[in-house]
Amino acid sequence: MFTAPSDPVNVRKELKVTQLCELCHSRKAIIRRPKNLQKICKLCFFHVFETEIHETIVSNDLFYRGERVAVGASGGKDSTVLAYVLKLLNERHDYGIEIVLLSIDEGIVGYRDDSLATVKRNQQQYQLPLEIFSYQDLYDWTMDDIVETAGIRNSCTYCGVLRRQALDRGAAKLEIKHVVTGHNADDMAETVLMNILRGDVARLEKSTSIMTSSTGSPIKRSKPFKYCYQKEIVLYAHYKKLDYFSTECTYAPEAFRGTARELMKNFEAIRPSCIIDIIASGESFVLKQKMGKQNKKKIITYNDGNRCERCGYLSSNKICKACMLLEGLEKSRAQIKIQVQVPGEPQQEGPAKVLRTLERLTF
Amino acid sequence: MVNVKVEFLGGLDAIFKKQRVHKLTLKKNNSDDEPVTVGDLIDYIVENMIEDKNDVEVFLQNGTVRAGILTLINDTDWELEGEKEYELEDGDIISFTSTLHGG
Repeated sequence: MFTAPSDPVNVRKELKVTQLCELCHSRKAIIRRPKNLQKICKLCFFHVFETEIHETIVSNDLFYRGERVAVGASGGKDSTVLAYVLKLLNERHDYGIEIVLLSIDEGIVGYRDDSLATVKRNQQQYQLPLEIFSYQDLYDWTMDDIVETAGIRNSCTYCGVLRRQALDRGAAKLEIKHVVTGHNADDMAETVLMNILRGDVARLEKSTSIMTSSTGSPIKRSKPFKYCYQKEIVLYAHYKKLDYFSTECTYAPEAFRGTARELMKNFEAIRPSCIIDIIASGESFVLKQKMGKQNKKKIITYNDGNRCERCGYLSSNKICKACMLLEGLEKSRAQIKIQVQVPGEPQQEGPAKVLRTLERLTF
Repeated sequence: MVNVKVEFLGGLDAIFKKQRVHKLTLKKNNSDDEPVTVGDLIDYIVENMIEDKNDVEVFLQNGTVRAGILTLINDTDWELEGEKEYELEDGDIISFTSTLHGG
């Protein structure tokens, strides 16, 4: 169930001039924008927040009339606000796009099941079609199984690769060629910072583009919230009383990203514009000529006829990354099950039991 | 003495027995007239409301509310209300919203 935040009952009758909104000069300012430190009121905040996203969409030609667009919906704050704002702007500015909510069920008990319930409520609230694809159906593995087998340390790596492909596959099944995600300015600045700290130059250039597509995939990705501060997204959801899910994933977030996030939050406290400044720096990076040429070559040689030999998913290699990870998992799943078996104890159900039976067979 | 409503949102309720809304009556130095500030409220929350003391740093950082938690006083960012210096009035609603989770 969703409980909206309470509305204030105490209203200031007397206002000083300095407390007024710097845009409309008539209502009480309620927030200070982190981007430019402007003090604005609630209505002006809604207006500038929505208008900035509209301008991002228009100036980058994100959509074309008649396009079908899938919103990668997790039930969290970013994707909930994204679905709400896109629907609103589509109606207000007549983009002529068709919006579908696309959710991935990673199979994390106590986390994803609850957040999917939120997405289902969003479907009702915003009257948008919803499609859910699960790791279980796509890969025959849930994240819970994966963590049990491969340990918690690499959970984000597996989950990330599998989700990326799951979103693509889901979109492909729906015959949609454009997936929008709720990645915000904080996420993007974090990624720029992480790529710099890791010296991951190849990713650095790509990490700030508003629209990307992975090699071999006909499905493009875009991030309309590229310039939106996390703080403003949360405030928008708060003031609009949007129903979103907010619990951290049961599996600890990637340690390196966590540290980068912490660092960014501390920077932001001292200098709020630093988030947008890091993105601007990231955008201005130009790789050395040599790297640039290699990259271009890669794009030209990309062959959309290449398919993974296992699953048939588009891939630049013989076997796609997801299948490679899954192959590794299958191997360790079998090993673990055998190790767990103690002689004399009752057989456990599952692949290990089949394996044991096979071992004992004699001809 | 002052009566206020405190809300822990954006998943922050996890460290407050999963209860989002709390009604509090606060007093300073057992006096009915001395004003109670948001700073006093934060001290009260840390001392009396966080169940597990290991969770204190989820809420507090360097003696103030952790960066990444939005503090609103009657829906206004506390930055515009004098932060910890703000003197609470009867009926005020103070909300703390965590932004530090996946989207």
